[in-house]
Amino acid sequence: MVRLPLRVRAAMYFRLLALQGSWNYETLNGTGIGFVIEPALRHLPGGIDGPAYRAALARQSRYFNAHPYLAGVAVGALTRAELEGVEPARIERFRTALAGPLGSVGDRLVWASWLPFCSVVAIGVYGLGGSPLGVVGTFLLLYNTGHLLLRAWGLRIGLSRGLNVASALGNPVLRQGPQYIACAAALIAGMAVPLALQRVAGPGRALAGAIIGVALVGILVLAKLRERVEGWRIALGVLAVFVLYSVIT
Amino acid sequence: MNLLQALPIAMLGGLLGLDVVSFPQAMISRPIVAATVAGAFIGHSNAGLLIGVVLEMIALDTLPFGASRYPEWGSAGVVGGVLFAMQPLGSRGALPASILAALLTASISGWSMVVLRRIIASRLERARDRIEEGSRNALISLHLTGMSMDLLRGALVTLVAMIIFAPIVKAIVAVWGSDSAPSRAVVVVLAAVVAGGALWKVYHSVRHIVWFFLAGLIAWTLLLVRP
Repeated sequence: MVRLPLRVRAAMYFRLLALQGSWNYETLNGTGIGFVIEPALRHLPGGIDGPAYRAALARQSRYFNAHPYLAGVAVGALTRAELEGVEPARIERFRTALAGPLGSVGDRLVWASWLPFCSVVAIGVYGLGGSPLGVVGTFLLLYNTGHLLLRAWGLRIGLSRGLNVASALGNPVLRQGPQYIACAAALIAGMAVPLALQRVAGPGRALAGAIIGVALVGILVLAKLRERVEGWRIALGVLAVFVLYSVIT
Repeated sequence: MNLLQALPIAMLGGLLGLDVVSFPQAMISRPIVAATVAGAFIGHSNAGLLIGVVLEMIALDTLPFGASRYPEWGSAGVVGGVLFAMQPLGSRGALPASILAALLTASISGWSMVVLRRIIASRLERARDRIEEGSRNALISLHLTGMSMDLLRGALVTLVAMIIFAPIVKAIVAVWGSDSAPSRAVVVVLAAVVAGGALWKVYHSVRHIVWFFLAGLIAWTLLLVRP
């Protein structure tokens, strides 16, 4: 196995945070992968001016799509493959095969589970009377503990397993994690959202009860229409009408 | 609000807008953070937090999946936070008007991200031959230019939104006709409906999820009816 100096791995990790800096509709985060992997490619025979470096950098900057937090898995595995001189055609096939799973697993775990979970926890802290620093601190600390650890794990596992990294995606946290996080988020949301609404709306049990009652009816309607409407657009429309009404009356 | 007053806020909007996609995606761009920081920026963090919580509930409906188009909450959170915190404490209509401005900003800013991605793609097209030859400079230049343009995009959106919406929100608050309590109730109901619908959208396939939500709701009810 190729051992990279700590400063190179640290540079790759830091660049991972900027993976999507050149995200575009042509290569998605392909150029980002090239950008992140570049410090490691300098260790190829011939260095930065060598043909191996140039060929590898070009190859790694082509189309790629993955969840940004799990892209480290691909970056690590591809780095190892390049440094071990794996045949280019095999690297290309591996890139193609890895992109889909890294996207869907990451979307499920992070965007559809971890982020909403951290949001409802922070909303709950607000509902319980948390200060601005307490609410924001709770959210950022909780969210980024998961975020930064996931990126670090991805890079480490990719570098250590190389092209055999696919089995790492069977990790229980990635497979069952979203389900458990969803249950916890739903439980907390049941308490947190009404508590926060109570604090925003002001004192009064009757008002809080009425708000929750009307909101539950609205949620049921929105749940029925879930694939056909976007809730935030409805909120925008209703709010625009309400503001207009309040101004002209 | 004049240009000189809006510039520092625009810089904050640019920084937090950068976090949405480009760097470092640490979710400092979520409205609960962005609006609170923006409120604190002008000395009213509690007001920023209040509108941030409402916007956060609405933002749950638009999670940033892959290449989908979604509102950009970093700059919008800053705009909403500053606009609400600028109004006198307890102003009727300040919350709905500021949220409306923030939602419009989020929508326009989301569109600006699409434009930016197209611009980066056209720059890539021009640099493609050099990148295909393995040019380090071409790749790094493309990447850093993309990030710089994203920073500028967020700052510009925030600046324009502040200049347009600050006088409008002030005028709305001045002529607001509805009572204060119903105004907040409308906002709160909307936020709750969107948040509930959003959580259902992402979690509906998880077994027994409704029971977990109901258990939480019962816990809240017990808190509410306690003597």
